[in-house]
Amino acid sequence: MSDVAERVKQIVAKHFDLKETDVVEGTKINEDLEADSLDRVELMMAFEEEFEIEILEEPADFVETIGDLVKLIEENLKK
Amino acid sequence: MRRVVVTGLGLVTPLASGVNASWQKLINSESGANVIAKFDTTGLAASYGCEVPVSKDQMDHFCADHILSKSAQKRVDNFILFGMVAAEEAIVNSGWIPTTEEQSCRTGVSIGSGIGGLSFIEKNSIKLEVNNPKRVSPFFLPGSLINLISGQVAIRYGYRGPNYAISTACSSGAHSIGEAARIIAVDDADVMVAGGAEAAMCRISILGFSSARALSTKFSDAPQRASRPYDKDRDGFVMGEGAGVVVLEEYDHAKKRGAPIYAEIAGYGLSADAHHITAPPEDGDGAYRSMQMAFKKSGLTVDDIGYINSHGTSTPLGDAVEVRAVKKMFGPASKSLAMSSTKSAIGHLLGAAGGVEAIFAIKALNEGIMPPTLNLDEPSEGLDLNFVPKIAQEKKNMKAVLSNSFGFGGTNASLLMTRV
Repeated sequence: MSDVAERVKQIVAKHFDLKETDVVEGTKINEDLEADSLDRVELMMAFEEEFEIEILEEPADFVETIGDLVKLIEENLKK
Repeated sequence: MRRVVVTGLGLVTPLASGVNASWQKLINSESGANVIAKFDTTGLAASYGCEVPVSKDQMDHFCADHILSKSAQKRVDNFILFGMVAAEEAIVNSGWIPTTEEQSCRTGVSIGSGIGGLSFIEKNSIKLEVNNPKRVSPFFLPGSLINLISGQVAIRYGYRGPNYAISTACSSGAHSIGEAARIIAVDDADVMVAGGAEAAMCRISILGFSSARALSTKFSDAPQRASRPYDKDRDGFVMGEGAGVVVLEEYDHAKKRGAPIYAEIAGYGLSADAHHITAPPEDGDGAYRSMQMAFKKSGLTVDDIGYINSHGTSTPLGDAVEVRAVKKMFGPASKSLAMSSTKSAIGHLLGAAGGVEAIFAIKALNEGIMPPTLNLDEPSEGLDLNFVPKIAQEKKNMKAVLSNSFGFGGTNASLLMTRV
């Protein structure tokens, strides 16, 4: 488990009032967490701040699971 | 016109959360004023106010955990939380649960606010200036807008009828109840959840009100003595916060389901001073005509009024003008009249004031007890009504009560409530 994944799970858990162990790689953001479009925007903002990166709208819109999120952030960090 | 009665009451005040706890403290002459704890008051003209006590562990303190999750609470301004918690109490109290589509479409919400999410606006403006402008939350606007208590309550309970929010400064709560009663009277709804909420306890609003010379500033050493309506040493209002929400219902609808009936909305008046943005006219003409209109359709006379819950903010000009208007309205009946300002205990709740004070007036009517005007050591010259100084007074078998609210912009509202 990467450090990025851990930090992502922490932020997601805090945002949705969950235990960190409830958030796994396969957790679906829309279906499992019942996130709406506003939740998704706020989450992306939190990641931008945490990792000091810029997440563009288009790749962010295609993110379905926590695993996708971690991948997106890791790619961003390589740039 | 259909008759409209009050079947549920809900309060969040600086004395307590809950109608009974707030009322008990009110008639025990307790004060909700103190040094402001929520934020740093350095550099502000006023360092004291009436904050809503918040805690999870004390039953009569404010807590919204039963309504929204922790993270959801962070996404709305406090005025929305106060409004939602007061609405929940009123709704549970009334026992009204729509079970059919027709019933849910005949149930509406009218909870207003004078200022709305000012603390939220303040916080996000600072983010914009100091931090990254991209950090303004998508929840900022839906967490600040004045009509979002009405929206949130409708979403939570599935009320699909009329839904709006009135913003008329310090008469928002009274206008919200009056207009909601009208909606029921003309048959556009059977049940309306109505009232006002405010949580403008933040630096920018203290600065705004104090530079407008409206706030009390001379009592830093004794905050509990600062709100003193009608007293010769009064020097402005003390900022308060909270919410007062009632459930209004068509009379037969309430009767048929055996709902508790606390009072009837027998009259409602409203008017404008057309005079000045913050000051009332010396003769109190707007206030007078507002009361006059409330009497007009009610079939009541001034002799029927046992108690007035006044606007009485503790400002030098406002208190005197209201007394003048009341004396003109009541004539010889002024002598037997009792009128108190509960702002002496809870401060000025701005857009929530009319909702909270309508409930205090209804409690007075039902309990036969008139809450006191605290700190009234010596009334100003000419202010010679029975203001129920310092200690609550008993008055059994009152027929009707009146509640007045006046706001910036010269807007006035009067609610007349009778025993059913």
